[in-house]
Amino acid sequence: MNSAKYNALLSKYSTLVIFIIPALTIFTLFVVLPIIEAAYYSFYRWDGYGDPNKYVGLKNYKYLFKNKTFILSLKNNFYIIAISLFIQLPFALLVALMISDKIKGANFFRTVFFLPYILAEIVTGLIWAYIYDGNYGMVAAIWNFFGADPPHMIAEKETAMIALYIVIFWKYFGIHMMIYIAGLQNISKEVLEAARVDGAGPITTAWRIKIPIILPTIRLSVFLSILGALQLFDIIMPLTGGGPSNQTHSMVTYLYYFGVMRMKFGFGSAIGVVIFLICFTIAITYQRTLMRKD
Amino acid sequence: MFSNFRSYYMYLFLFLLAGIIFIPLYVSIAGGFKTIGDLRTNSLGLPTEWIVGNYTSLLVDNKFWLFTWNSVLYAAGTTFLVILLASMTAFVFAHMKFVGSRFLFNYFILGLTFPFATAILPLFLRVRDLGLLGSVWAVILPQIAFGLAFAIILFRGFFRQMPSELFDAAFVDGCTYSQFYFKFTLPLSTPIIATVAVINLVGSWNNYLLPLIMINSESLYSWPLGIMVFRGEYITDWPKILAFVSLTLIPAVVFFLALQRFIVAGLTGGAVKE
Repeated sequence: MNSAKYNALLSKYSTLVIFIIPALTIFTLFVVLPIIEAAYYSFYRWDGYGDPNKYVGLKNYKYLFKNKTFILSLKNNFYIIAISLFIQLPFALLVALMISDKIKGANFFRTVFFLPYILAEIVTGLIWAYIYDGNYGMVAAIWNFFGADPPHMIAEKETAMIALYIVIFWKYFGIHMMIYIAGLQNISKEVLEAARVDGAGPITTAWRIKIPIILPTIRLSVFLSILGALQLFDIIMPLTGGGPSNQTHSMVTYLYYFGVMRMKFGFGSAIGVVIFLICFTIAITYQRTLMRKD
Repeated sequence: MFSNFRSYYMYLFLFLLAGIIFIPLYVSIAGGFKTIGDLRTNSLGLPTEWIVGNYTSLLVDNKFWLFTWNSVLYAAGTTFLVILLASMTAFVFAHMKFVGSRFLFNYFILGLTFPFATAILPLFLRVRDLGLLGSVWAVILPQIAFGLAFAIILFRGFFRQMPSELFDAAFVDGCTYSQFYFKFTLPLSTPIIATVAVINLVGSWNNYLLPLIMINSESLYSWPLGIMVFRGEYITDWPKILAFVSLTLIPAVVFFLALQRFIVAGLTGGAVKE
């Protein structure tokens, strides 16, 4: 091997190492190891000082699945997924179909509908906490206008989850709409023109042509929606903080209140592992089955 | 005739929906200008009397600016380093053949399915044991780590589509890999850099859970932490809270309207290109 070639090879491998090591180190230290450590800690009772030494086996998990509040938080997460999939996403698709064509004002509507998505969850939660406030809020004002006693939507067990669904809908339908619009705009003009020549109306075109073509996009948005719903936290904190009487926890707010706040590193990690297993199982099955072709 | 009829209802629907999106934002901004009594009797209308005190007292509050500045630091630090580290790594995956490259790439990709919540307790311990609690790195490093996987995928996809002739020609001229990265790859990648930047800027700016776990001294609060503490102090003094909310709302909306093209392309394109 001549020296020029040798130098080139040396330069290649030194570049490789220098380019990849920083990302690899940070990723391993702050993503991969913590996930593995969470699995390990979840078998201990530990306050985070010294080494974990009080091995408790599966006790943390057993306690978790007997705990009513955790089961409720798990259910809440799945209700949110169900509502997202069966109400929010179809609604977003409907709006996307309306404004993906070049109708008057399409840009204006796109901008407005997307706007809530870029707002911080905390701010969204605070705005709606005000709107739902039974004394000062907008909902109260509407009730008062009709001479009725205003409800305290986020302070009452029966309505708190509904209040949360509305906020989630308000904040997130815009991103799904935008994803669908991006998909719809990639449909070739010829296909749509052919459909028009054949006399297909807008509803037939949407149902028979547009939706089947953007199916991969829809599958992606379903996927993002599920994983997003499972990790819901920020928006709940300013709105209900998991209350009233622990009715509106998600798994992550449960983890925060019962694991982090109480410095229970073992128990908290067990909650984290359950969240991980659910996300991971869904992600893998989804990619193996529905998204395989995409 | 039929089509006019339908489009009439469609526009009615769209304007109603736009109203539902706008009204919460409008009542917040207007609410910041009201007295608490005014808010109680007149929550939908314009302020009976415009009170600017809630806004001005925040604007002269050093803490308000400190929290904003901290958030700028977190967002800028995270975004800059994610772009640099992810693009370097993606460059290797896109242009170099080596044993284990597929394995390493999949290793990073795995990170996409890791929920952040699972990692928080061990992450807190790691940051504590590294002695980073109480520094900006307690927020920046984990944010970088969780931003890398997606950024690497986006960069790699983009780099692979660059014409290979460019690469070959540069090598004949004796260009090294690192020279090529700095002279050609980076300057030619502005669209994907913009996408990655938007995703990480917005994500870091709005992040709440991570700073909540990592930061316990007020001097390092990000603005979401600051606003939650403020909310805790004033509880039902809504005009004060709404003024704070609006002061964070207005720059976000202006920023969004000014850079809308990039932001929408970044956030949706980012999702779709996956």
